[in-house]
Amino acid sequence: MMASSYNAKEEDGHHSGAPAHGGAAAAAAKSKKPDNTAFKQQRLPAWQPILTAGTVLPAFFVIGLIFIPIGIGLFVTSNNIREFEIDYTGVDVDSPCYSCARNFSWNNTAPCLCSVDFTLEQPFESNVFMYYGLSNFYQNHRRYVKSRDDSQLYGDRSALTNPSKECEPYRMSDGQAIAPCGAIANSLFNDTLELYHIDSNGTRNTIPLVKKGIAWWTDKHVKFRNPGGNNNLTAAFRGTSKPVNWRKPVYDLDPSDPDNNGFINEDFIVWMRTAALPTFRKLYRIIQKKAVTTPTLPSGRYVLNISYNYPVLSFDGRKRMILSTISWMGGKNPFLGIAYITVGSICFFLGVVLLIIHHKYDTRNNSADIPN
Amino acid sequence: MERFHWVQHRCRTLLAGDSGRGWYSSPDGLPNKSALDTHCSPHRISGKRRMVFARHGPHQHDYETISKSYKGNAIRTTKYRLLTFIPMNLFQQFHRAANLYFLFLALLNWVPVVEAFQKEITMIPLLVVLTVIAIKDALEDYRRYLFDKKVNNNVVRVFSGKQKVYIDQCWKDVRVGDFVRLSCNEIIPADMLLLYSSDPRGVCYIETANLDGETNLKQRQVVSDHPLQGVEFSPETFHSRIECENPNNDLNRFRGYMEHSSGGRVGLHNSNLLLRSCTIRNTETVVGIVVYAGHDTKAMMNNSGPRYKRSQLEKRLNTDILWCVVLLVIMCLTAAVGHGFWLKNLKDPIFVTDVETPPTLAGFYVFWTMIIVLQVLIPISLYVSIEIVKLGQVYFIHNDLDFYNEQLDSRIQCRALNITEDLGQIQYLFSDKTGTLTENKMVFRCCSIYGVEYPHDENARRLEVYEAEKEKDKAAGQSVTLRSGCSGKSLSCRSLSCNRSSVSLHTLTAESGEEDDPRSNHIQTRTSAFCSRMAKEVVPDPELVKKLNWFCSSVLPLSEGSSTTSSSLELTYITDFFLALTICNSVVVSSASQPRHMVPEARTPLKSLEEIKLMFQRFSFSPFSALSTLSPPQIKGSPLSFTSRLFTRGKAGSFTISTTPSSTDGSEPGKDSYMETSNLRRKLDLSATGEGGNAGPVEKDIREDAIKDAKAQTVCGNGPKQDVETDSDSDTDDELLYEAESPDEAALVHAARAYRCTLRGRSAESLLVDLPGIGSLAVQLLHILPFDSNRKRMSVVVRHPLTGHVVVYTKGADSVIMDLAETPKGAEQAQEIYNHIREQTQKHLDSYAREGLRTLCIAKKVLEEEEYDVWLKGQLLAESSIENREELLLESAQRLETNLTLLGATGIVDRLQEDVPETIEALQRAGIKVWVLTGDKQETAINIAYACKLLRPNDQLLTANCGSKDACAAFLQELKLEVLQGQDSMTERTAAGTDGESSLGSMASFVLVINGQTLDWALQEELKSDFLELSRRCKAVICCRSTPLQKSQVVRLIRDELGVMTLAVGDGANDVSMIQMADVGIGISGQEGMQAVMSSDFAVSRFKHLSKLLLVHGHWCYSRLANMILYFIYKNVMFVNLLFWYQFFCGFSGSVMTNAWVLILFNLIFTSVPPLIYGVLDRDTPAETLMGLPELYQAAQASKVYIPHMFWVTVLDAFYQSLVCFFIPYLALAGSDVGVLSFGSPINASALLIILLHQVLESHTLTWIHVVVLLLSGGSYFGFVLLFSVSCVTCSPPTNPVGVETLQMSQPLFYIICAVTTVTALLPRMLFRALHNTLHRSAALKSSQMDKVASEEYRKRMQHWNLSHSRVNRLPVCADNPGLEPGLEPCTSSVVS
Repeated sequence: MMASSYNAKEEDGHHSGAPAHGGAAAAAAKSKKPDNTAFKQQRLPAWQPILTAGTVLPAFFVIGLIFIPIGIGLFVTSNNIREFEIDYTGVDVDSPCYSCARNFSWNNTAPCLCSVDFTLEQPFESNVFMYYGLSNFYQNHRRYVKSRDDSQLYGDRSALTNPSKECEPYRMSDGQAIAPCGAIANSLFNDTLELYHIDSNGTRNTIPLVKKGIAWWTDKHVKFRNPGGNNNLTAAFRGTSKPVNWRKPVYDLDPSDPDNNGFINEDFIVWMRTAALPTFRKLYRIIQKKAVTTPTLPSGRYVLNISYNYPVLSFDGRKRMILSTISWMGGKNPFLGIAYITVGSICFFLGVVLLIIHHKYDTRNNSADIPN
Repeated sequence: MERFHWVQHRCRTLLAGDSGRGWYSSPDGLPNKSALDTHCSPHRISGKRRMVFARHGPHQHDYETISKSYKGNAIRTTKYRLLTFIPMNLFQQFHRAANLYFLFLALLNWVPVVEAFQKEITMIPLLVVLTVIAIKDALEDYRRYLFDKKVNNNVVRVFSGKQKVYIDQCWKDVRVGDFVRLSCNEIIPADMLLLYSSDPRGVCYIETANLDGETNLKQRQVVSDHPLQGVEFSPETFHSRIECENPNNDLNRFRGYMEHSSGGRVGLHNSNLLLRSCTIRNTETVVGIVVYAGHDTKAMMNNSGPRYKRSQLEKRLNTDILWCVVLLVIMCLTAAVGHGFWLKNLKDPIFVTDVETPPTLAGFYVFWTMIIVLQVLIPISLYVSIEIVKLGQVYFIHNDLDFYNEQLDSRIQCRALNITEDLGQIQYLFSDKTGTLTENKMVFRCCSIYGVEYPHDENARRLEVYEAEKEKDKAAGQSVTLRSGCSGKSLSCRSLSCNRSSVSLHTLTAESGEEDDPRSNHIQTRTSAFCSRMAKEVVPDPELVKKLNWFCSSVLPLSEGSSTTSSSLELTYITDFFLALTICNSVVVSSASQPRHMVPEARTPLKSLEEIKLMFQRFSFSPFSALSTLSPPQIKGSPLSFTSRLFTRGKAGSFTISTTPSSTDGSEPGKDSYMETSNLRRKLDLSATGEGGNAGPVEKDIREDAIKDAKAQTVCGNGPKQDVETDSDSDTDDELLYEAESPDEAALVHAARAYRCTLRGRSAESLLVDLPGIGSLAVQLLHILPFDSNRKRMSVVVRHPLTGHVVVYTKGADSVIMDLAETPKGAEQAQEIYNHIREQTQKHLDSYAREGLRTLCIAKKVLEEEEYDVWLKGQLLAESSIENREELLLESAQRLETNLTLLGATGIVDRLQEDVPETIEALQRAGIKVWVLTGDKQETAINIAYACKLLRPNDQLLTANCGSKDACAAFLQELKLEVLQGQDSMTERTAAGTDGESSLGSMASFVLVINGQTLDWALQEELKSDFLELSRRCKAVICCRSTPLQKSQVVRLIRDELGVMTLAVGDGANDVSMIQMADVGIGISGQEGMQAVMSSDFAVSRFKHLSKLLLVHGHWCYSRLANMILYFIYKNVMFVNLLFWYQFFCGFSGSVMTNAWVLILFNLIFTSVPPLIYGVLDRDTPAETLMGLPELYQAAQASKVYIPHMFWVTVLDAFYQSLVCFFIPYLALAGSDVGVLSFGSPINASALLIILLHQVLESHTLTWIHVVVLLLSGGSYFGFVLLFSVSCVTCSPPTNPVGVETLQMSQPLFYIICAVTTVTALLPRMLFRALHNTLHRSAALKSSQMDKVASEEYRKRMQHWNLSHSRVNRLPVCADNPGLEPGLEPCTSSVVS
C-alpha cells in the first residue's frame, strides 16, 4: 500500500489504490473470540409451536368444550333477566306525551306532564333498576365529550370561576362562569319519572325510587366534589351562573339532601359519564326489594308519570324508560350466550374436521415440541 | 454503541448532501486509477502549496505568518459541544422524515378545530424518539470525546526552541514545523517528513496496520541529501524551507521539495513521509518535521463513517407504507364524508357544541382530526424498530462463533448495519479468485529455466501430503457426514490419506527410527505453523540441484550421463535465474534473533571468487561461445566444488542436528529468548526435510553426491573450518524472516533459498546474498523499479557481483515479459537456442496455467555502461521532478525494460481455501449463481473452477474468446442457440423421469468462460442483451483476464438489467469497485491489505464463512425482518381499525373510546418490544437444517414471506381481527349503560391479548426471553391502566380514567368479553396455519420435523449421489494439481464400497 510493489494480486488487473480507512481502533489486547453462550450463538432452548392439524385439534376441542357450557350458562342467565322497556317520546299522535313533545320550548317554566300506562306480564323478583334510555343521542361526539371541565367538577375554586376553554361555547354566560360548564352539563337529562303500581282495586301505589347509589362510587367520592365542601352551596357557587338550558342552578339540583346536591348530585354524575354509543340507557333509580317473599315489582298495571322537559324530537331521538333486573353478567343481553355457543360449536366442528384431516394427511406422529 | 453510528451517518448524509458518499464517489475506488490520473482527486488543488518552516529556526517570523492557518495536531471528532448539543442535535434529528411526520402531527394537534387529543399527548412519540436518539448521540459523542482526549494527550518528544532539547509534549500541542523524535514502537503523532533515522542507511520501517490494516513493514527513507549516518540530526541547523502540496487524502502520494538556504532543492516523495497513527518498527530513533497536523493528516482525512445502504426489503416496504398511507387517506376520507353527511342530517341537536360549522367544512376538519387519531397506521415507528432489529441481528452475526478465525483472531465485521436481510436474498454471487477462493498463500511449486522444466515432483508431493493430512484430520476430527456435500470428498480424502500413510511407511524404512519423533511433533504443531511452513519449505528438484551442483563442482564433467545435456550457458541461466529470484523483489529481511533490523556484515567472499567472476564475464561477453571456451579444468579445484559439497552436506547435516538438538541450541547464546520459536521451526524443518527426502530418489541422489563430495573434500585443505562456518550459516539461515509485500515475492525468495540462494539482508545500496558455492556476496543495488499495475512487472538494476556489469533483472506477468523478451540479434545458433527457449517456456507457462498455477517470468538484461549512464540521467531527472513525476518514472522504467533475455518462468501454487468446494456447492444448491471474475488466465481460472466444483465434470464449457466485436456478436448468438438446444434436450431428459432431488447436479449445464477482451465487447450496449440472455442460462460464468472496471461493469449489468440481488466478494484492491457496485459487498480480510474490507459491507476471513452467512444468517435475517414487518403492519392496522369502527357510532366525529394516554402508549410501550424480540430472536428453521439443505434458501429468495399478497393477507387478517375485536364487545354492550371508556376497556384489553397471542402463533420459536417480554408487555398494559384509573383524577381531561378499569376488571363481563373476542379473532389464523402446515408442508417445516433417521437417509442418498457423479470422467484440462483439488481425486471403486 505504501510503496507500490509487485503484488500477487496485480496480475488480476490494474492497481487501484483505494483510500484506506484510517484511524482504526487499536487492536484489542484480548482475544476477539465470541463467547460461546447459548444466547449469543442463538442456541437458547426454544419451544417451536408448529401448528398442524394434529397439534391444534386438542385446542379446538378444549375451546369448544369450555365455550359451549359457558354460552349456555350465559344464555340462561340472560333469559332469566326481566326487562321491560317503554318508549314515551310521543312521536305518534295517540301517544300520551305527544302534545308535550310537540309543544316543547326551553323557555317553558312549567313542566309539561304526561303519564303512560303499562302492564308487567311477569313479576320482577330482585332489585329493579330503572333506566332512562335515549336514542340517536351522540353523547360520544368528540367535541361533546371534551366539553367539560374536570377540575371544576373536582371542586377546584379557580376552575369554578374560570372554566377550561374546552367548555366553549357553554363557558361563560352574562360575564359569569357557568357552573358546571360545557355541553355535557348543559344538556343534562331533566325529565322526572315517577312510577305507580295500580293494584287490583285500582289504587295508585307510589313505588319508592331510590335516587342514591346510582353513580359509581369513585365518581361520587373522588371525581366530583363541591367547591368548599357540601355546606352552603349557594355561597360556594356565588358568582357563577347556571347552564343555559337548566331551569335551576346546580346548587338546587336536590336541595333536600346536601349529600346529593351540587356537583355530587348523582343524576348529574350519571349524566356526566358520557355514553359510548348513540343509543344508550342511564341508570335513573333503583327499586329496592322490600321483602324476600314478595316480588319487587309484581305483575300488573303500572303508571309512569313523566314531567316532560327534555326535547329529543328535534334530532329524531327517542326517550325510553327501562325497568330491568340485573345478574352477575349485567343487564339482559342474549348475544354473549349465543356468541359463546356459536364459537364453541364452530371450534368443536373444526376440531372434528381437523381430526379427519389429521388422520388423512398427517399420519406420522408429529410433536410440536422439538427440543433443541 | 458504535453500532449507532448509522444514525449519525444518516444525519450527516442528510445534512451534508453528498459528503457521506465518500465511499462511492471516491475516484480512487475506481479501477484504472493509476499514477497517470493524478489530477482527478477532489482534494487536490493544484497551484496551492503548503509551505513549512521549522518552528524554532531562523525563519521564525515567516513561520508565524504562514503557519497561522495550519491546523494544530489536536483532533476533535465529536460532533457536538456541550452547549450546542441540544439545538444541534435537534436540528439534525429533524432532518429525518419520521421525525418530521411526528412533528407535523403534533403541530396539527395544536390547531383547535382538528385537535384530537390533549396537546401534550401527541408530543409524546416525538419526544420519546428525540430523547432516545439524543441520548444515543450524546453517549456516542462522549465516547469519542474521551477517545479524542486520550489521543490528544499522548506524549511525544518535541524539540523545544527555548531549551534546545527534546521535551515531552502532548500530541495536541504539536504544531506544523515542530521536530519530533520518536523511538521504536512509538506511534507517529502527525504526518512528518523523515529527516533522520538511526539506521545507518537512513531508512526507517513503519507498520501501517492502524491505517490500512496491512501488517507488513514499509520502508521510509530519509530525505535524500540528509546525512545518513554519524551525528544525530540537530534541529537548530535546519534552515530549509519545505514546500509540499496541500493536505489531501491520498495515502500513497506526497509531493514536494525542500529548499535549502543555499538554494538547492531536494525532491520529496511518499517514501519520505511518516504517516500519523503508524508505528515505528525496527528503527531506534527517528526525527521528523511535522508537515501536516491534526485533521490535515492523511489518516484523519481518510476517516469516514460506516456505509449506509438501503436494503431491498426496505425499498419494498416503502411501497407498502405507501399503501398504508392510501389506507389512511381512505379511512380519513370516509370519516370526513361520513361526518359531513351525519352533520347534514342532524337537526337541531342539543348535544353538539357548535352547529354553525357547515357540514363540508366540518368534514374537512374531521379529516385532519382522523389523521391524528389514526396516525399509527403509518408505521413510522417501524423504521426505528427495523433499525433496532438490525442492530440485534448484526449483534448476533458479529457474535457467531463460526465466523471466528482462530489464526487471525478475527470475527466477522459488519460494516453496513442495515442490509442484513439482503443476505437472504442473494441470487448472483460474484467472486474474485485469488485470495477469495484461494488462500493467497503462495507456495513455489515448479519452474522452468532455459526452456527446461523442473517439475519438482517431490515438492508437489509434499503439497499433496499436506492436503491429505489436512483432510484426514478433518475426517477424523468430526462429522464429515454432517456436511452432505462432503461425503464423496471425504472418501477420496481417505484414499489420499492411505496413499500418504504408505509414504510415511516408506519414510520409516528409509530413514532411521529417530524420524518418528519429529514426525509426531510435526503433526501436532502443524496446525499452527502450517501455512508459513508450506511456503518456506520448498523441496528442490533433484535435476536442478544436480545442475547447480555441476555448476559448482569440478568433478562432474559437463556431459555426464544424465538425461539432459546441460551446457554452461544453461548453468549461467540457472544461476542468473536464482539470483533474480533472490534479489528482484522488495522483501525485507529480518532475523528472529535480532529484534532490531540490522544488516549482517558482509562477509568477505571466498578467495577464488575471481575465478567465478571470470567465468561469468566470459558468459556475459559472449554467452554463446561459452560452450566452446569453457573447459572443465578451469573450474577444477575451485571452491565451488567445495561449497557444493557443503551444500549437500548441509542437507545431511540437518539430519544430524535432529539427533542432538540441545547442543546446537546452547551454542548460540543470543537465541535463548527465541528458543521456543527456533525449536519449533527446527522441528518443522526436520520433518519437512525428512518428508522431502523420504519418498523419492532425490535423497539417494543427494547422498550419492554427498559421498562423492566427501571424497573430494579430502583433497581440500581447509575443509573442516569451512564446514563449521557454513553450518552456523545454515543455522542463522533458519532465523531469517522475510516480510514481503506480496506473498508471491516471499514464495520466490523462499524457493531460491531452497537452492541455497539466500537473501540475507538488504540495505539501501546493497543486498547481501548467499550463493551456493560462493558464499555471501554484497550485490550493489542501483535501482529498484517498483511494481506497478501498468507495467505489470518490477525490475532491479544491480551491479552484478561477479561480472561487475550493470544488470537489470525483471520479474513480471508472463504476457508482458514474453512480449518484452526480444530475440537477441546475433548468431543464428544463438537465435535458434533462444527461440527454442521461448517456445519451451511458453509451453511450460501454458501447462502451468492449466494446472492452475500462477505464472511469473524472469528475465534479465545486461546494460553497457554508456547505456546505463544515459538511462540514469533520465531516471534521476524523473525522480527529482515534482510535476509528472509518476509519468516520467513510468516512462523511464519502460525505457529500461526492453530487449530482455528470458531466463525462465516460475509456477506458484495458490491453494484453495478450506471448504471452498463445499461452500460453492452449497451456494449453488441454494440457487445462487456463482460467477468468478478473475484477472488470471483462462486456464488457471478454469482449473480453479474445477477444483472448487464450480465446474462439474459433465458440465459443458462454452469458451468465448473473440477478436472483434462482430465475431463476438455472432459467437454469442451461436452459443445462445447451443444453450437453448441443450436445455431443451435436458428438459426432455428430466421430463423422461429422473428423480427431482438431484436434478440440479445431474443435469449437465453450461458454464460460460469469457475473457476480458470478449467481455469488453459483450458489455457494450448492442451485445449486452445477448450476453445477458446467454449468461442467464448458464449455471456459472467465469470471466478471466478481467480488469477491476470490467468486474464492476459485469456486476452492474446483472444487477440493473436482471434486477436481482448481487453479492460481490473479494479481497484485494482490484475488487473494491465490484464490492461497492454489488448490493452486498463482502470483503475477505486476508493477505491483501484492507481496501476490500474497508469498502465492504461485511468482512469475513474465509470464503467458507459465506455459506453460513448467507444460508443461515441471511435466511434468518430476512425471514425475521419480513415477519417482523408484517407483524408490525398487522398490529398497527388491527389497532387503528378499532378506532375507525368506532367512528361509525360517534357520528364520525373523531372520538376515541380510549384514554389518550393508553392510545399513544399502546404502540410506544405496551406492544413495542415483542416485535423487536420477534425480529431479533425468531428462528424459523434451525441452523443445522439450513446448512444441510441449502435449497431452503430459495424459499426466502423467492420472497415467499414478504410478497405483496402477504401484505394484503396480513391487512385483511388485521381487518377481520379488528372487526371481531370491536363488534363482539359492541354487540355485548350495545344498548346498555356503558360509558365511553368502559366500552373501550374490554376492547383494548382484548386487542392487546390478540396482538400478543398473534405473535405467539406466528413465532417459530419461543424462548424464555419471548415469554418474559410477552408477559411484561401484557403486564405493563394492565399495570398502567389500573394505576392510571386509581391515581389519575383530573390529569387526563376529557377522558378521565378514574375508576373505569378497576370497575371493569372487577366485573366478570369484562373477562367474558375478552375471552370470546380473543378466541374468535385468532381462530382463522390458527386454523389457516394448521391447515397450511398439514396440507402443504413446506420444505422448511419438513426439514425441521425431519428426525435423525430421516436425515441419515438423506445423507446416504446424497453420498451416493456424490459418488456416482465424481466417477464421471473429467475433462482432460484438469491436470493433477494436488494443492488445488482435494475433492476431485478419482475415487477407486474399492474405496467407494
